[in-house]
Order: sequence, then structure tokens, then C-alpha cells
Amino acid sequence: MTGLLAGLDGGKLLRHVLGAVLITFLMTSLIVGLELVATQTGLSLRPRYHIVLYCVVVVALGSAAVFALVERSWRLPMLVGVVLAALLLVPLLTGNLDSDLAFLLPFPVAPLNWLALFLPAFILMRAGQLAYASARPPAAAARRRELSRTGKLISMGLGLLLILAAFAFPVSPWGSRQLVDILTIVLIYIMLGWGLNIVVGLAGLLDLGYVAFYAVGAYSYALLSEYFGWSFWVCLPLAGLFAASFGIVLGFPVLRLRGDYLAIVTLGFGEIIRVVLINWYEFTGGPDGIGGIPRPSFFGLPFQANAPKGGGETFASFFGLSFDPYHRIAFLYYVILVLALFTNWFTIRIRKLPIGRAWEALREDEIACRALGLNPTNVKLAAFGIGAMFAGFAGSFFAARQGFISPESFVFIESAVILSIVVLGGLGSQLGIVFSAAILIGLPEFFRELEDYRMLAFGLVMVLIMIWKPTGLVSHRDPTIRLHPRGDGR
Amino acid sequence: MTPLLTVEHLTMRFGGLVAVDDVSFTAEQSQITSIIGPNGAGKTTMFNCLTGFYQPTTGQLTLAGERGDFLLERLDGHRIVRDAGVARTFQNIRLFTGMSVLENLMVAQHTEQMRASGWSMKGLLGLPSYRRAEEEAVHLARSWLDRINLTDKADWPAGALAYGDQRRLEIARAMCTKPVLLCLDEPAAGLNHTESHELNDLLRWIKEIHGIGILLIEHDMSVVMGISDKIVVLDYGKKIAEGTPAEIRDDPRVIKAYLGEPEEEDLPDIVAADLDLDPGAR
Repeated sequence: MTGLLAGLDGGKLLRHVLGAVLITFLMTSLIVGLELVATQTGLSLRPRYHIVLYCVVVVALGSAAVFALVERSWRLPMLVGVVLAALLLVPLLTGNLDSDLAFLLPFPVAPLNWLALFLPAFILMRAGQLAYASARPPAAAARRRELSRTGKLISMGLGLLLILAAFAFPVSPWGSRQLVDILTIVLIYIMLGWGLNIVVGLAGLLDLGYVAFYAVGAYSYALLSEYFGWSFWVCLPLAGLFAASFGIVLGFPVLRLRGDYLAIVTLGFGEIIRVVLINWYEFTGGPDGIGGIPRPSFFGLPFQANAPKGGGETFASFFGLSFDPYHRIAFLYYVILVLALFTNWFTIRIRKLPIGRAWEALREDEIACRALGLNPTNVKLAAFGIGAMFAGFAGSFFAARQGFISPESFVFIESAVILSIVVLGGLGSQLGIVFSAAILIGLPEFFRELEDYRMLAFGLVMVLIMIWKPTGLVSHRDPTIRLHPRGDGR
Repeated sequence: MTPLLTVEHLTMRFGGLVAVDDVSFTAEQSQITSIIGPNGAGKTTMFNCLTGFYQPTTGQLTLAGERGDFLLERLDGHRIVRDAGVARTFQNIRLFTGMSVLENLMVAQHTEQMRASGWSMKGLLGLPSYRRAEEEAVHLARSWLDRINLTDKADWPAGALAYGDQRRLEIARAMCTKPVLLCLDEPAAGLNHTESHELNDLLRWIKEIHGIGILLIEHDMSVVMGISDKIVVLDYGKKIAEGTPAEIRDDPRVIKAYLGEPEEEDLPDIVAADLDLDPGAR
């Protein structure tokens, strides 16, 4: 035991773990510790003590591991990883835990289930340990260089692994209708977050009306398909184009404002678009919305049970499969995954171009930008337009996925949620947005059965993250260009 | 030969306050022209008029550089830098503190880089023509970093640099816009003797090697007297004297502006001694 805790401050560790336990207790009591059940007298809340206890134990162990990682000890995290996995595994295998978590272990044989838990736990712990080692290099320069390189390789490997896992997910044993559906929604918000990140995170323009461009994209596709019968794949770029033009048109008068004033005016514009959508009944269908929006097809093959009226094949008949609605859900998932990855690629790339540097410079100091010959209006307009374009793409996908849109979907709270995703993730950080979208969108979807309580939990999570990580989950900034290679000791 | 910069009857009024009152002077290429004067004399206001941050009330500002003739008072702020080639630094340093030292110098080359990246299209596709242009920009930045001894710290956040380094970086950044006229607003403020000495060398080097005109606002007399080719003295918005450092040092109006009326006969000598900070004597 003493060897395990070597070099660790016991009292500090205890305080750290106790704090985490307390917060976990408060949070889980609200989120998962209560179950809504229908009794004869009506709905009532039933406490689920065992789940709360379980979460507290898991978090206590996890926080001890993180503490040990930060303090540069590695034996404890390794052990904790294994214990955590066992903790998850044993009750699940013996069937003692709520069956809600059973989806974690979909394999028919026990050894595969064991692997499915231990392997990721081990990889995560090892990656965490190495990442910390490279983030806080020891004194020896040679060792530092080596570690930084491994650290970079690991983060790249993790990213690749994440992308591969995302692609493999629907066809893996975990892929259920509900999960893939939730992930599709999460991916829409990740894409919106990445789009807004260009405007808020990079260019530093506080945009509270981002959902307006999302609405423009959604209505572009809905209306074009309704009036002209154009397909999703034709309308997708058009929707982006329309949204970008809206961004630029709205941007012109607005962008001479700064900070709070800009936020208020963008908020107003967001509402104006929604109000126009509600009141222009003849064109947009007003509050009735637009229904029957066609789903995207797979190279012209629709996802339907029966062949379309004019003859031709469906996706299932073409590939000789029996019709399954899961095909369509998985396909939609892949579409948004590719769209989101494109957004990510675009953002990472444009950040390293002159315009990306100009955005970050503008965020830092507009006056200095002017003194260097940058035209602030153009730079801002580019950010606004490109950010809006991605909202337009996401919007048209949203319309295609839902099949029905109305102004109800584009209220202010949506803008607020997207903005919180960006801020919680850490302004300007791509990976942080993935995490925060998963937390802010994924968790409430998971705990839908808790109804209004989840909004309470949502608020609590936001407050806690802001206390723990005031600059966002991932707030590290890498320069867009380096003179000396990374880990050169400079 | 026409001077690089001709300021004619420049007046800047804020309501009832006349910050700059009918000032005329010229600045030559390959020369350092200093503007001095007590606090509140209108020096920075004049700079802001020159660099487009203020619209002058009246007056004409003509720049006749390599890039052609420009009437500065008619150009937008960013075009004064981009088209006419007037770069400036600020009294309170304005670096992009969160960005790296190298990035600061890259942003300064935005206009050219933007064109080279095909308004980001070529850059997104990663075409070789853009990559070459980027390498050239890094090369220019690197040569400046070598000159100001910041090569090792190129990847540091600019905000993490020492004060003196930040001052020099801001000058290098302004120079990366490839200006014909460089306006420096109190570059020696907050520097110690060694650092301001280095600054003198840097400014002289820029003047000689790059052959551009430098306009300098400065309180530090060791800098002003040491490197100026010409000095313009402002007081209460009016130009009270103009000439070489030697002429200015002995000008009674200047002495009066800085220290008030002499009451005794021997005072001017003390004042002259105070102003006489010959860098060679240090």
C-alpha cells in the first residue's frame, strides 16, 4: 500500500476524493438516483439508492486515479483502472445491477465482455498517464523530447481510434436503434458547435442568434424539396450557401458593433428570422411547419419498405437485404458523421491559414489588427459567413432527418445550448466541443425518463464545469505554425 | 526631391478642445524624425490622425513613397497600412498576447498571405504556391526574430515575453508589413538603459538598411537626442520648434515649454545640461 501511494500527499488525496464524492452524490441523487414510476395514485418518484452508491464508488476511485495522475504517480491509476472495470463488470455479469447499463456488454460470451471492459480501461489509463507525462515534462531534455513525441502520437492515435470507433459503431454489437439515434443528435450539435466555434471561439464574435442560420438551412431544404422536388444532395450545398449569404447580409450592419452589443443584435436577428417563419404563412406554412420532407437517398436508392411508385429499386432490394428501418437510421448517422468530420477538417485547416490567424488576432486585439492593415469588417464577415454555412449544412440535415420542421425547433434556447457547448468545451477547442456536446446533449437524452429533473441536472452540470474548469474542458491552445518542432525543448 | 511625408496645417478638434493646432512639418526617407513635447501636447493625437484612427478636422497629409502618392486623411484606417505603407506601434503595447511570437509576425503579413492563399481556396487545398508563400513569410519573420534575438522564443505566447522583448517584437511586427514609414509611439517607455541603447541601435539599423522613414514620439531624451535627424517640438497642440537635435537643445522656447519661465539667469544652463544627454557620454 505504501508503495502504491509513494510520493502522494495522503491528506490532499483524501480531500480531493471527498470533494468528488460529495458532488457526485448531489448530482447522481438528482439525475439517476430517482426513478419516475406510475402507481395507482399517479406518477411518483422512487429513489434508487444502489445506483447512487455505485456512482459514488466509481467516481471516488476515478478521482483518486486522476489525482494520482496529476501528481505523477502511475501505479495507483493502473490499479484503479482495473478495479473500475471489475466493478462495472461483476455486477453486470451476475445481473445485480440495473439492466439499464446492460448495453455496455452486448457480447454473448464472458471473455469478450471482459475484454470489452478491461481493454479500453487499460488504454485510457495508459494514455492518460503518458499524456500527463508529456504535458509536464521531467527535467531531462532528451527524455522530454521523446515523451512529447509519444504524447503527440498518442493524442493522434486516440483521435483516429475515436473516428474509427464512430464509423464502426452502428455495425458493432453496441449499435442499437436508440443509441445510434442519440448519437446522431449529438453529432448534429457537435457540428453546430464546431461551426459556431469559428465565430465565437476563433473570431471572438459573441453570436446569440446562431440558430437562425440553422433554421435557414433547414427551411432551404424543406422549401426547395417542397416547391421544386429537389433531392437532399442537391439542396445540401445550396442550404449552406443560403445560410452563408444570410450570415453576410446580417453581418454587414451588425459587425461594426462589439461585445455585448453584438450579442444583443444577433439575438434580435435570430428572433426576427423565427418570427418571419411563423408569420409568412403562405410560404413557410407558419406554425404548422413543413411535413413530408424526403429523406436522403443512398446514391438514388431510397430507404423504404416498398419500391417507389415509378418503379426502381430500394436500398434493401438492391443489396438483397430484407427491409429494416435500422438501415435508414444508420445511414443518417453516417451522413452527419461525414458532415461533422468535414466541418472539423475545414476548421482545423482554415485555422492555420492567414484568415484563421486573422480571426484569432481579431479576437485578441481589433485595433492592432487595423494597424497591421487587416480590414476588420471583411475578416469578421468571413467568420460569420463560414460559421453560418456550417449551420446551414446541419440545418438541412436536421430537416431531412426529422421529416418535419416548424419554427418551434429554432427557438432561442437552441442558440444558448450551442453556445454553452462551445464555451464549456473550451473556446476554440475542437475536442472539447465533442466532450461537452456529449455531456450536454447525450446525457439529457439518456435520462429522458426523468423529465424536468434533467434540466435541473443540466444546469447543475454546467455550473459545476464552470467552477472546475472556468476556461472550458479543453483550453489548451497550440500555435498554428511553429518555428521549432514540438518538443525541441524551447 | 519631395519629402516622404508632408503634413500641412493639420488640426484636430475634439469639441472645444484643439488637440493639434495647425501643425506643418515634413519627414524624409531614411531619416528619423522625432516628435517631442510635454504630456498632453498632442503627439499621440497627431499619430492617430496620421494612421487613420482619427479623421483630422482640417489639414492635408501627403505620403510620397515607393508605392505612389497618397492623401492619408482620405484613406480608411487599414488601407493606410495596406496600401500607403504606414505602420505604427502603440504607447501601451498591443501584441496578440495569446498567440505565439511567430504568429504575431505572420498576422502582420496578412494581406500578401491572403492573396497567396487565393482567399483561402488555395490554402485549403494545400497547393504548392501557397506553401511557398507561407515559407517566404516564415523566412521574413525569422530574419526579424534573428535581428531582435527572439528566435529561441518564437513559439512562446507573445504575452509571456519580457517587457523589453515585447517592445522590440511590436516594432518587428510593424516592420513585417513592409512599410515605407514607421511610426513609433514611445518605444523606449519602460525600458532600462541597456534596453533603450539596444533600441537606438535597432532603429538606426532599420533606417540605414531598410531606408524607410521613421517617425518617433519619445520622452526618453537619450533616445531622441541620440538618433534623431530632426526634431519637431509640440506644446499645447502647436508646433513651437523644429530642427536638428543640437538646435532644439538650445532653443529657449523648448526649454520654456518643458520647465516653465526661467526666473534666474543661470537656469537655462542647468536645463541645457539636463537636456544634453549625449549618448556618447554614457
